[in-house]
Amino acid sequence: MPPVTSPAAATGYPIVVAEDLTKVYGQNRAVDGITFSITSGESFGLLGPNGAGKSTTMRMIGGTLTRSGGTMRVAGLDPAERGPEVRAHLGVVPQQDNLDEELTVRDNLIVYGRYFGLPHSYLRTKADELIEFAQLTDKAKSKTTALSGGMKRRLTIARALVNEPKLLLLDEPTTGLDPQARHVLWDRLFRLKEVGVTLVVTTHFMDEAEQLCDRLIVIDHGRIMAEGSPRSLIRDYATREVLEVRFGAQRNAAVVDQLADVATRLEVLPDRILVYTDDGEAALEEISARGLTPITSLVRRSSLEDVFLRLTGRTLVD
Amino acid sequence: MSAPSQDRATESAPVIPEFPTDRPLAAIYGRNARSVIERGFKVIARQNWAVLVSGFFEPVLYLLAMGLGLGALVGEVSGPGGSSIPYTAYIAPALLATSAMNGAIYDSTWNVFFKLRFARVYHAMLQTSLGPMDVALGEIFLALFRGFLYACGFMAVMLVMGLVTSPWAILMVPVALLIAVGFASVGMAVTSYLKSFQQMDVINFVMLPMFLFSATLYPIEVFPEVIQWFIKAMPLWHGVELMRHLAVGFVSGATLGHALYFVAMTVFGVWFTTVRLRALFLR
Repeated sequence: MPPVTSPAAATGYPIVVAEDLTKVYGQNRAVDGITFSITSGESFGLLGPNGAGKSTTMRMIGGTLTRSGGTMRVAGLDPAERGPEVRAHLGVVPQQDNLDEELTVRDNLIVYGRYFGLPHSYLRTKADELIEFAQLTDKAKSKTTALSGGMKRRLTIARALVNEPKLLLLDEPTTGLDPQARHVLWDRLFRLKEVGVTLVVTTHFMDEAEQLCDRLIVIDHGRIMAEGSPRSLIRDYATREVLEVRFGAQRNAAVVDQLADVATRLEVLPDRILVYTDDGEAALEEISARGLTPITSLVRRSSLEDVFLRLTGRTLVD
Repeated sequence: MSAPSQDRATESAPVIPEFPTDRPLAAIYGRNARSVIERGFKVIARQNWAVLVSGFFEPVLYLLAMGLGLGALVGEVSGPGGSSIPYTAYIAPALLATSAMNGAIYDSTWNVFFKLRFARVYHAMLQTSLGPMDVALGEIFLALFRGFLYACGFMAVMLVMGLVTSPWAILMVPVALLIAVGFASVGMAVTSYLKSFQQMDVINFVMLPMFLFSATLYPIEVFPEVIQWFIKAMPLWHGVELMRHLAVGFVSGATLGHALYFVAMTVFGVWFTTVRLRALFLR
């Protein structure tokens, strides 16, 4: 696999180094010996289905979950031994919002900043700046219970920035948001990346990983299945294009043998067949020429979804 | 609109306090319990004060009902050291101890339960540079503060009713604090085990008998000796005795012993709560 180059990677330093990281719950090996390194300034993704071990890994970076084995260094420190110190440099956006519902939007930012020991003089201006960043100026004095899901998410991200973290941990930042709210959030995250914040994002959305991540690891059953940039992963584990054809649930299995030589690789799903090829249109013409007219067909660029399917033999949830 | 400034060289860069290296408790204590207390006061300042003081009235009502009502039938009773005192003066110090206990317990059980299970306030705190010990100390202080408020209120009622007769009684306020911190620290640790509202009833199931049987309203000697020993192991009895000694100025080594019971209870409670918060959040 070729090394990944991003502008930050050239100048950055290893901000997170995990070696043989393991977390065991009883019989369940939630994280099963994974090794990775994150360079400052890059945007790093943990991609995998629900239960793959993404959030567990994330929480071990913040030191809010102890390791069962392996080593972890965040900015040179062990989060299990010096949690408060490590977290002083982190911004954490948890999967489930935990805004303080007894406080206003503005006080949420200020009180959270106080948890880091930041002075009121700094927090007063910082809170205003972050409220603007989160596009919540009209809501500054509202209680957080009055906010929509997208607003709460933006406030949670703004809150995570109050200590100007070197490293921002985002655990499924856009789950449960409508498409428009997702794009607004992505835009905010791009801005942070531009100013040099290291992002660590877990997601099971392929488009999100492709949009946000310079480099990612694909995790399944607590193990790393592949590592690289979205583009290199697609190149290595998929073809340029994918032709999706449906012949109806009954016929799919029957025709699959006749398609073998059309494709680089075939994937038979319950409802459709994925034909991996560098030229989708040409493959479709060839299939039609053989008299196998599909009910529906679609040619698309291959995505991380295909990479995941290739690596695990399963589609991702959702 | 621009992204928040991240240039650490500018003056706007945050001033996160430096952590000394190799300090003790580095994994669980961020030396910032103050911010947890600040948060508590901010919430109190915004909420309905009636909610805060509601628990204060319970012992006051007992004082009026039992002291004035039952006291008229009972007349004088034998107080600490064998002196004869009015029944109202006999139960008032016990109710003061109960008041301190109630304040601490309401805050460290119901309020903590809500923040723990529903509002996820502690989850948020522990993803910052706070450790579980900061949270434990801060929350225990807030429960202590409530116990203190209740005790001061009750003390004022006692003064008005002319039930304060000894200069030692001035110590009843700091002692109320001591009782409150003991109950608050253990109460918070116990709450960490409770997961549903039904389980929260267990707290009342313990608190009510403890109030009724800890020599609050009549002397402990009415019970068989075995039961006396059991009561004497419970914290409220020590609080009641301590307050009663101070109220009439009968101070001895036993008084100090009762106070030490609460010191030990507090040390145990803070340790227990920290362990529990660590188990819940830093697994």
